[in-house]
Amino acid sequence: MALLEIRDLVTQFDTTAGTVQAVDGISYTVEEGETVAVVGESGCGKSVSALSVLRLIPNPPGRIAGGSIRFMGRDLLSLDEEEIREIRGRDIGMVFQEPMTSLNPVLSVGVQLTETILRHRDVPSAAAEERALDLLRMVGISEPERRLRQYPHHLSGGMRQRVMIALALSCEPKLIIADEPTTALDVTIQAQILELMKDLTKRLGASLIVITHNLGVVARYADRVNVMYAGRIIESGSARQIYHHPRHPYTLGLLASVPRLDQPRGTRLVPIEGQPPDLTRLDGGCSFRPRCRFVEPACAEARPPLVRVESVGSGHDAACFRSAALGEAAA
Amino acid sequence: MSKYVVKRVLLMIPTILGAGILVFLMMRLLPGDICLIRIAGDGMGVSDEALARCRAEFGLDKPLWAQFIDFAVGYATFDFGKSMWTTNPITHEIGLRFQLSLQIAIMGTITAVAIALPLGVISAIRQNTWMDYVVRTFAIAGIAIPSFWLGIMIILGMLILTQIWFGSPWMLPVEYRPIWEDPLHNLSQTIWPALATGYRYSAVITRMTRSAMLEVLREDYIRTARAKGLMEKVIRTRHALKNAMLPVVTLIGIEFAFLIGGLVVTEQVFNLNGLGQLFVDAVNAHDYTLVQALVMLVVAVFVVTNLVVDLVYAWFDPRIHYS
Repeated sequence: MALLEIRDLVTQFDTTAGTVQAVDGISYTVEEGETVAVVGESGCGKSVSALSVLRLIPNPPGRIAGGSIRFMGRDLLSLDEEEIREIRGRDIGMVFQEPMTSLNPVLSVGVQLTETILRHRDVPSAAAEERALDLLRMVGISEPERRLRQYPHHLSGGMRQRVMIALALSCEPKLIIADEPTTALDVTIQAQILELMKDLTKRLGASLIVITHNLGVVARYADRVNVMYAGRIIESGSARQIYHHPRHPYTLGLLASVPRLDQPRGTRLVPIEGQPPDLTRLDGGCSFRPRCRFVEPACAEARPPLVRVESVGSGHDAACFRSAALGEAAA
Repeated sequence: MSKYVVKRVLLMIPTILGAGILVFLMMRLLPGDICLIRIAGDGMGVSDEALARCRAEFGLDKPLWAQFIDFAVGYATFDFGKSMWTTNPITHEIGLRFQLSLQIAIMGTITAVAIALPLGVISAIRQNTWMDYVVRTFAIAGIAIPSFWLGIMIILGMLILTQIWFGSPWMLPVEYRPIWEDPLHNLSQTIWPALATGYRYSAVITRMTRSAMLEVLREDYIRTARAKGLMEKVIRTRHALKNAMLPVVTLIGIEFAFLIGGLVVTEQVFNLNGLGQLFVDAVNAHDYTLVQALVMLVVAVFVVTNLVVDLVYAWFDPRIHYS
């Protein structure tokens, strides 16, 4: 049994322009110890899908309108508020994008760490403090005794994100969801933070969902990759399949638009033309159609389903009528 | 920190000096003077000789700068002089009234904060529900209703209700006694004006608490707190309210200082001899020394309150650091 199994998840937001399906029926699983990346542009629903797992969608205006999320055999969507609060922070830890604003400015690092431990573990506060010190050491923060008494504004962005990771790890969760954990950091710090997360999740045997728009992150750290576009997963496969054998024009476009060290100097980057679609005005056809170089009449008729494709290795899915042609072209 | 406090206290001196110059000059800009009012008040013809004698008595015959020096030196040595109208020492005139005004300001503040913080928080976390609407209506009403009118309603209501319940109407005591001499008597007199002023005061703070909380509840760190599995109660108090308190504290400080000298009509409604009424009387009588003393007192209260507010800031928000 998979650790986390998301089936047909639908998350909606009410806006003045109508109801938006930010997440439109996505399904994926996370096995124990696995690192899964969710990739896509801003606004494709990747963060919303992650927040939906912990039911942290602000309501109103948002709501989870359908599907199921099974975690360790329990359906998270049918739990009551108290039960989901028990799981948050204890079984599932979360790392957010903005280390500058995600820590409370008026509470010390120590308070923010120990309150999580005391919430979920029946230990005296001295033990919680001891644990907080261990956590700070584990995430590579120097002088942990001093840092414990400091406030977030005393720390740099990278330090704060280390504290966020320590927070997420504080109760040894089975699953960590990292929502763009490195987007707000300097490039040099990004690599450190990713290495740290990869290393710690491995040591603790935890699974990891990384939400990112950085394909470099994907190639290096993820076991499986889900590419999202306009609220749906349009391609899913191993990192190697996605990176070297993409079967969806959007994935292909994403890869062509990022610099790669294995390409000769002077190779031009190819951006994906156009804008992501307005989610309130989706029609019945493929949502990537207006920007697609491989478009054919069938794309306007129906939405291509996510189906298994021929590829190197197994477990490669794509939602494109022309994925077979794409595979041949690449070969 | 203590260095900062010393610096701030020293900085009070120019503020108070400036206020002193202003009030000194403005009083002298008023047409007529205390001697004219005192002597003409007898209804007799005013002899120049009597006027000159009176002015000499109060030192009003000296040049302005000399008068100001007298005033400044007196305050520097804590000699506040005598009231020109009653000829009693200023400290005697103000002493008991300041005590009364201070007590009502403190009680009004306690009332207001005790009502406003819970209401503001409830209103924010139940935004756009019936509870929010009730609180907002209550707050708008508090701003719209003058406290003296509410005072009249309280007194009338008490008279009518005690008449119905006990057969004879109960009127609140008129004579002021300090709280340590006769607490029951004192409280039965001061609690009503404290409620009347506290209501309007609480309305202002409720609205500020609500909007500050709404803003803070949208912050990323509140989402982090939720993701940690914390109880909503803890999130609201420890994580949200502490962040939302800064603008609220500012407002509490301003309102408190206002209550010290600004309650003219409400004091009249409740028959209280507070500073507000004394202020009006002193200005009408051109009682230079008394007006100066009252203005300086209110300025001092404002300055001290501001200092306290700034120190409370630092307690709420560790990013604010004084050195």
